[in-house]
Amino acid sequence: MNTVKKRRRAFVDQTLCVACGCCVKVCPLKAIEIFKGIMAQVHEDKCVGCGRCAKECPASVIDIREVQA
Amino acid sequence: MKKKWYDYLWIWSLTYLILGFVNILFAWLGLLCFFIPLIISVTKGTKAYCNRYCGRGQLFSVLGGRFGLSRKRDIPKWMKSKAFRYGFLIFFFAMFFQMLWNTYLVFSGSQNLRQVVKLLWTFKLPWHWAYHGTLFHAGVAQFAFGFYSVMLTSTVLGLITMVLFKPRSWCVYCPMGTMTQLICKAKAN
Ligand code: SF4
Ligand code: SF4
Ligand code: SF4
Repeated sequence: MNTVKKRRRAFVDQTLCVACGCCVKVCPLKAIEIFKGIMAQVHEDKCVGCGRCAKECPASVIDIREVQA
Repeated sequence: MKKKWYDYLWIWSLTYLILGFVNILFAWLGLLCFFIPLIISVTKGTKAYCNRYCGRGQLFSVLGGRFGLSRKRDIPKWMKSKAFRYGFLIFFFAMFFQMLWNTYLVFSGSQNLRQVVKLLWTFKLPWHWAYHGTLFHAGVAQFAFGFYSVMLTSTVLGLITMVLFKPRSWCVYCPMGTMTQLICKAKAN
């Protein structure tokens, strides 16, 4: 039997991210980091989609979406 | 999350703003907030300054977050567009060079010291009470007035967008943030 598990995780619109790092500061799981001072990157395996980063992001460029696990 | 020493740098930013009311010459200290982020981005290729050490960003998150002085709404789309961010950076540069030019004029003696702080590049606030004469040339004081104007103006803009949008909305269009991101992009290529 196939059970389709759904889970949530954060997605960053990297073209609009300003790399301020506000998201990094609030993530309880260290699941998001700034890549070379250019943009934020989410570690897919660590992120649980709690949405804290999205709430904090001053540019509001983080979305929480459902993905197939 | 455990707080580190650098999580308290907002105290430094607040102190800096207050010192400018006491003696304008303290404004020179603000050069640290100009050179440190640039040096980090040029040598390390990171925005560690924004990400960790910037006291101004922290000050906005303290006031807007902990003190609840922010509506926490989304910033309008045009404010996070590249056009606006780069445009603001260029405007900021132009104003900065105009300030340096005024300093030069005072140094060269062709203009007298103006004891004013210019807010939002328009409003001239009398600020003579923070000037007690100086052992240095009047140009040194002129730079202090000009530089403090830059710092105060950006703080006021930041406070306005903090209240209207999210606490650290200023970081979206902060010229220093935009510039260090551009440097990092250039270095990564
Ligand atoms: S808070 Fe938003 S703009 Fe800032 S680095 Fe994170 S995703 Fe990018
Ligand atoms: S959604 Fe939660 S776990 Fe995922 S990156 Fe954002 S703060 Fe971290
Ligand atoms: S974007 Fe500007 S205000 Fe925000 S953390 Fe960076 S230097 Fe500080």
